[in-house]
Amino acid sequence: MKIALCIKQVPDTADIKWTENNTIQREGVESVINPFDTYAIETAVRLKEKIKDVHITVLSMGPPQAVEILKKAISMGVDEGFLVSDRKFAGADTVATSRTLASAIREKVKDVDLIICGQFATDGDTAQTGPSIAQHLNIAQVTYVKEITGYKDGVLTVKREVEDGVEILDVKLPAVLCMLKCDYEPRRSLINGFIKAHKAKINTYSMEDINLVPEEVGMKGSPTYVSKAFRPEQKQGGEAMTFDSAKAAAQFLLPTVKEYMIEEQVICKIGQE
Amino acid sequence: MGSLTHQYKRGKMEDEKEYKGILIYAEITREGDLAPVVLELANTAQELSQKLDGCEVTALVITNIDNLDEIKSELKYNGFDKVYIAKDEKLTDYSTSYYSKVAIDLIKEIKPEIVLIGASTQGRDIAPRISSYLNTGLTADCTKLDINEKGMLAATRPTFGGGLMATILCKNFPQMASVRPKVLKKADCPVEKDTQFIEVKPRLEGIDKKVELVEFIKNIQKAGKRIDEAEIIVAGGKGLKSAEGFKLLEELANALGGAVGASRAAVDAGWVDHSIQVGQTGKTVMPKLYFACGISGAIQHTVGMNASEKIIAINKDPKAPIFQVADIGIVGDVFEIVPELIEMLKN
Repeated sequence: MKIALCIKQVPDTADIKWTENNTIQREGVESVINPFDTYAIETAVRLKEKIKDVHITVLSMGPPQAVEILKKAISMGVDEGFLVSDRKFAGADTVATSRTLASAIREKVKDVDLIICGQFATDGDTAQTGPSIAQHLNIAQVTYVKEITGYKDGVLTVKREVEDGVEILDVKLPAVLCMLKCDYEPRRSLINGFIKAHKAKINTYSMEDINLVPEEVGMKGSPTYVSKAFRPEQKQGGEAMTFDSAKAAAQFLLPTVKEYMIEEQVICKIGQE
Repeated sequence: MGSLTHQYKRGKMEDEKEYKGILIYAEITREGDLAPVVLELANTAQELSQKLDGCEVTALVITNIDNLDEIKSELKYNGFDKVYIAKDEKLTDYSTSYYSKVAIDLIKEIKPEIVLIGASTQGRDIAPRISSYLNTGLTADCTKLDINEKGMLAATRPTFGGGLMATILCKNFPQMASVRPKVLKKADCPVEKDTQFIEVKPRLEGIDKKVELVEFIKNIQKAGKRIDEAEIIVAGGKGLKSAEGFKLLEELANALGGAVGASRAAVDAGWVDHSIQVGQTGKTVMPKLYFACGISGAIQHTVGMNASEKIIAINKDPKAPIFQVADIGIVGDVFEIVPELIEMLKN
């Protein structure tokens, strides 16, 4: 089984700093693998441990320094990795990004059986790239996946978490899975993994390498564009108050709490009518 | 690429009619009800329509339900001019392949200038599939929709965990946007329309479903309400110290008619289930009232709750960052203040 893993390098959101022009200060900001993608890696490696003849290729679209996260994935047990990087990719929205990734998978992984991504990236948080890759390749997709529970004769069984419960689904491969945070944690890299990652050769492919034209990638290939970016109005947090007793604090909160309770009941009544 | 063969050109295509009107994907829940987000979108669509010379607002219902009377009447009383209904036994359960095929076929036929979809799990599953097929833009999880001076959809959404807002425009048609449930308000006084109901025949022959639903296990809720639906959330963090600590929050939540939430620290400690985690790797919530009890307020948590209408924080540490987003901040012990509050609410 050939698995392609799509991962993304994101700024560590705990560490975001803003410039005076309301843009994100990229210099000196720690970059990490998108947290959801780490579960995608773990899920792929677990599948490789369970069934025979699994080969995992990890890829990312991004600047040259994204090689770091590909190496990290290799240190966790992924077989090989490549970077898709080209100045022409700059400004890509989800349609252009997913087209680029889909084309890279088609051209460089070839005959892929399974593509695994994170459900969201913590920077953009659109949750669109996975399903869009599936559409570009015209294959099945399952979003909000918690776990792969079985595999038999080209059909994967997966657990999907939705608002009102859990769905068990049979998915005919090839398919794209978008992973949520799993019930298991991504593994730590062991020393052997670091050695393998250090030795690994990571190829970088340009737009031409993956058989696309300028009209299909980057800003040119993106149907959307940002017309305005601004910082939201910050909530002015009040001073934290101290009370003489817990009772006094509760007494202070009571009117506010009651106000919202009443509103809640009114809404329920209207809803029932 | 396959997608490019379906590409639309902007505006009027030769010998074809212009893109006009607003289409709303009218999601039907597993129970067979109209998803509440549809009516929230309907209200905003009325405002957008007024800025677009009163263009038509239409809905697409994909289902296999026989009795659609209730759904039809909800749509009629919420200002829809036309409702397209695709009914087929293949459409009993949601299927990405089938549902997206039906939606794409209708969009190609009626050519709306705007398509709005609720950002539920179903909406987030189907919307990118449709937009990629049509090679058009989809702005996810918008918090505001407007029409700009050129008559185009201006969709505003938060990025970088809510730290930055971006207003996004789309070059192609239809312009697509998704909005999370409860972000927009449904109409206080909805408009009744002389709605035209139109049956559409789904063309699903030769379409491979690819994904089969084997089983559905419904959530058994411990504390009653679902966290993403609750108007009041009582959330706890590290300061709760144990699973036992959360019992106290459950008690408060019950007294208030709310749901219990948690920070990542409490989930990682194994005190509560991940399904109630609020924040970046959990859920985004926007209740009317959010209690943060013993939560320090790391940005990964606050991005998931800072859009709440009123935030009350109780924390022992006066320097806890949670106080920066709180409307009311109290320095104190959760285990002392919350029982007092529960007692007062009972009387």
